[in-house]
Amino acid sequence: MATAAIHDPHDHKPGFFTRWFLSTNHKDIGLLYLMFAIFTGLIGGALSGLIRWELAEPGIQIFKEGSFVQYLGLVEASKHGYNATVTAHALIMVFFVVMPATMGGFGNYFIPIMIGAPDMAFPRLNNISFWLIFFAFVLLILSMFVDGGPGRGFGGGWTSYPPLSTMGHAGPSFDLAIFSLHVAGASSILGAINFITTIFNMRAPGMTLHRMPLFAWGVLITAFLLLISLPVLAGAITMLLSDRNFGTSFFDPAGGGDPVMYQHLFWFFGHPEVYIMILPGFGMISHIVSTFSKKPIFGYLAMAYAMVAIGFIGFIVWAHHMYTVGMSVNLRAYFVAATMIIAVPTGVKIFSWIATMWGGSISFKTPMLWAMGFIFLFTVGGVTGVVLSNAGIDYSLHDTYYVVAHFHYVLSLGAIFSIFAAFYYWYEKMFGVKYNEFLGQAHFWIMFIGVNLIFFPQHFLGLQGMPRRYVDYPEAYTYWNYVSSVGYVITIVGVGVFLVMLLESAIRRRKAEANPWGEGATTLEWTLSSPPPHHQFNELPVVKADNH
Amino acid sequence: MTKQNKVALMCAALVLAMTGAAFAAVPLYRIFCQVTGFDGTVKRAEAAPTQVLDQEVLIRFDTNVRDLPMTFRAEQLSQKVRIGETGMAYFEVTNTTNQTLHATAAYNVVPERAGPYFQKLQCFCFEGQEIAPGATVSFPIQYFVAPELATDPEVKGVRQITLSYTFFPTKGFQQAAANDSAVGKAG
Repeated sequence: MATAAIHDPHDHKPGFFTRWFLSTNHKDIGLLYLMFAIFTGLIGGALSGLIRWELAEPGIQIFKEGSFVQYLGLVEASKHGYNATVTAHALIMVFFVVMPATMGGFGNYFIPIMIGAPDMAFPRLNNISFWLIFFAFVLLILSMFVDGGPGRGFGGGWTSYPPLSTMGHAGPSFDLAIFSLHVAGASSILGAINFITTIFNMRAPGMTLHRMPLFAWGVLITAFLLLISLPVLAGAITMLLSDRNFGTSFFDPAGGGDPVMYQHLFWFFGHPEVYIMILPGFGMISHIVSTFSKKPIFGYLAMAYAMVAIGFIGFIVWAHHMYTVGMSVNLRAYFVAATMIIAVPTGVKIFSWIATMWGGSISFKTPMLWAMGFIFLFTVGGVTGVVLSNAGIDYSLHDTYYVVAHFHYVLSLGAIFSIFAAFYYWYEKMFGVKYNEFLGQAHFWIMFIGVNLIFFPQHFLGLQGMPRRYVDYPEAYTYWNYVSSVGYVITIVGVGVFLVMLLESAIRRRKAEANPWGEGATTLEWTLSSPPPHHQFNELPVVKADNH
Repeated sequence: MTKQNKVALMCAALVLAMTGAAFAAVPLYRIFCQVTGFDGTVKRAEAAPTQVLDQEVLIRFDTNVRDLPMTFRAEQLSQKVRIGETGMAYFEVTNTTNQTLHATAAYNVVPERAGPYFQKLQCFCFEGQEIAPGATVSFPIQYFVAPELATDPEVKGVRQITLSYTFFPTKGFQQAAANDSAVGKAG
């Protein structure tokens, strides 16, 4: 495959404006997505800082008149402002950080390269996807600055259950948020269609589906989950919009509707959504673990089909988010059993990663640290997930900080750690410069300690009965809340090291190698230069059976 | 058609089908609730059961009004009926304004699992009501608790059922101003 790496002397890049604003090149769009996700991630992370600051002590600290939040102006300095902060934090992190980073960023950049394609199937559609997500984000930010009803912004949580999101928020803020989700959904659906078409039609000669890298499998399954689940979210929020503005009563008992139906529709989307956020990460972690253990991934086919199984089961477990709405015991028993089944394919993945490392010649480079951190943290989150899947236990833990701790372990620590792992893994490949290994490792260790300190105590708070989404709490919860807020400060230091790492590598500009990881890195992107030529694979690579 | 467009079109068709399914869920969910009594939906019956058991159930009545200037109360707080026996309860509504009110009652039973067994033969809640200015109207309901309640393990030991009504403004009518406008645009 050496032919693919030959430098093309006619590798014309378009001018700045055309290249970045009218981009149709999958690598440029991938970089745009990544920069977008870093930017939105800093905003979403700052919002969570306001939450932790407020909760550091009992009483109202900063969401009150005259505090700095009032002069900051981002959210209202009131109890409603706290709710709006929580809502915006969740929506930004889910729709505008994790999804753009994993699918939009790494997916766009590496899927065509990994399957040996010159670009995505529909490059211009790709451009539309990016700018749709950009303007969706603008709409969401706008919604924070207009009247929500009880105050400025929408404070009904990312789940936006009616009647709080219909009668409880009469102002236009939530309408803007709905439009934002519509546009973000359209962006993701177009992106998903693009990925499916690319992966089905544009694989290099010899690359059968069963020889395809696991990251491509993850993205393919994620794309299907997006296609099936996002239209249901779009339908549900359109019904909310219509209930709010056009006098219908889909979810209003006054006209024969049922608010619980919204929860069913939302979670039919919402549960696959959590797998949408993690499946691409599963793929990336597989490559990283394999690369740094210098061994092919253990149980390749089982790994691929475990992701298929997780994607499929993800659609039939949604009501475990709503055990407390009064379902019959038989229905709950079904959802408990179906939910616990997910632990089987997930276990296959965890054990296969461990088996890949077993007996391998492991080098603990930065990406590998993040990948091992991911495996550990995701397992912790998975275990608490099995605890929560029990309807009986969930009756007392529903909407407590135990749930908050659980989903932050799998998402904030799981998905975000997989993103950082991939970011360091492909850093040289994407940017053409080396990062500083010390700064990368320092970033990992500080973040690892910080986020664990934030979220581990929240298990204790939840078990003691502290509910989610309140601006204040009884004094009994002070200790672990304070510890949690200290963890946030440590995490900020970690993010600071990350920014320093970016700056350092941009200033020093150590020239990248085509393959810095050596023999363990077997996928096609390592056969190209770093960064890859603007248009790769003028001659398609031919893939042989022993590629993994 | 190229192979790529074909795949893309199939994906688009899937998206359309799922959007349709999301909206089809609305009538399907309603039918599901009515058939199974899911989520405390009260069933409407055509005839009273033939079997009357020697077990009593305490029926409690709860009344609520949303966004309407009227009073609504049950003439009895609770009633004891034997399982299978047809019971009769009365409710009283007073329009406190000098304008006609159009109101519809929604209803529910708790515990939700008793929903399939609490059935009504006659109810003012089956259709919207028009209440003249200043008038006081008495509404009867005829109901029974189906004998299957005694044998279903899911409602084992349930011998108290609360029937809750809420009067809402009927959609599509201009109503007299509600006293609590802060609740928003419920009409």
